[in-house]
Amino acid sequence: MMNSGPAVVTTGLRVRRGKSEVLHDLNVAVPRGQVVGLLGPSGSGKSTLMRSIVGAQRIAGGTVTVLGLPGGSPSLRRRIGYVTQSASVYEDLTVTQNLLYFGRVIGAPRSDIDRVVREVDLAAQANQLVGRLSGGQLSRVSLAVALLGSPELLVLDEPTVGLDPVLRRDLWTLFASLAAKGVSLLVSSHVMDEATRCDRILLLHDGNLLADETPSELLSQTHTTDADDAFLALIAQAQNERGAAA
Amino acid sequence: MNPRLTLATTARVLTQIRHDPRTVVLLLLVPSLLIGLMAWIFVNTKEFETIGPALLGLFPFIIMFLITSITTLRERRSGTLERLMTMPLGKFDFIVGYTLAFGLLAIIQSLIAVGYAVWVCGLTISGNVWLLVLVAVANAVLGTTLGLFASAFASTEFQVVQFMPALVFPQILLGGIFIPRSQMPDVLRSISDWLPLSHSIEALQKVTTDASGSGTVLREVGIVALWALAFVVVGSLTLRRRTE
Repeated sequence: MMNSGPAVVTTGLRVRRGKSEVLHDLNVAVPRGQVVGLLGPSGSGKSTLMRSIVGAQRIAGGTVTVLGLPGGSPSLRRRIGYVTQSASVYEDLTVTQNLLYFGRVIGAPRSDIDRVVREVDLAAQANQLVGRLSGGQLSRVSLAVALLGSPELLVLDEPTVGLDPVLRRDLWTLFASLAAKGVSLLVSSHVMDEATRCDRILLLHDGNLLADETPSELLSQTHTTDADDAFLALIAQAQNERGAAA
Repeated sequence: MNPRLTLATTARVLTQIRHDPRTVVLLLLVPSLLIGLMAWIFVNTKEFETIGPALLGLFPFIIMFLITSITTLRERRSGTLERLMTMPLGKFDFIVGYTLAFGLLAIIQSLIAVGYAVWVCGLTISGNVWLLVLVAVANAVLGTTLGLFASAFASTEFQVVQFMPALVFPQILLGGIFIPRSQMPDVLRSISDWLPLSHSIEALQKVTTDASGSGTVLREVGIVALWALAFVVVGSLTLRRRTE
């Protein structure tokens, strides 16, 4: 039963940052073995939700359950791979040295380093200082760290930002192949056309969940043909409802 | 705390520093250059015999305070600390890992500075030279741990640099370098009794002037070590797995 439930469930999750509430009573589920896209404009609460899931965010109310355990449990720390929005790697170390250190911290086998370097296509840069890499390479180093130790859940905050179309396609192919092996992925993006590559889409706006659907459901329900339009339609709808309620 | 993870952190910090040779050279040579300058300034007086020992403690303390507070602030701001806190790394692994790495640099730095002061600048040491090295290293570790602690309260590099006059200068002023602590007003002397740097300066002066003062020196070093331990504990309390 522990392994059959969703990878992540939040119930009534509320997060306050400073005086304002950024997540309001959020109920979200991330099924296992799927690529779930977390979409929404910047400032909608995507990163805050991800930080709540990995246990880095102080929460004001509600519950977060990750892989059957309360979010932030010590035993989850080896089972979740997390990529923050900033690169979160050491610029004064080489790619391999970064992976060596983070690999030791999570207790990943050394052979993992070669594997993740290949998965993010950085074999040619393995011995370069991270500070000398391009922005796109930098974010792939960060992704490689998250892949160490083959975690069951990957929480990736905008991992494809600043990447060219070829690399983006390769990474989404990687995500799909990981999901096929049973890994659960929550991937945020504000590029709406990436939505179509996900198995499911969570649409966040202003700390509220606007939609939790498959890409095709999203398009058919909003009578649109691309993700951008669907998203705009849902936001207009949400604003109308709020206007009517007020 | 897990020794394997602590040492992995130490190795990582040392590897980072190794990639920055200019820092290594400055770190190891600047104290000696300043001590040499002081010896030259006071070449016609006897002042160097009293100020020289204190300098051997001050430079490692100040330099280690600065580099530690800035590097750990960098960890907080770059997101690497947040990432580590979502991993199975203990808070003590992080802090002790840093303390060991910078402590090792401090040992090398102190060996060079003491050697330079004694053999090149002619500083006379009545006590045991190794005891002098020990005090200098204790000072550097004190600076490291105070820097770790201070970085928790700074959110920008500007703030962390301001902590130097705020936390370090008062200890230097009250430490008994300018006038002996016994000649200070009572209130200030009582305050200085509670400042860690006063004890390390006391130890440095004792070891250079008193051949039979080893007991006192070790006691003072013990007090400094307790302060360093306290900063490590409080510093690790300021590391949070969950933040706002």
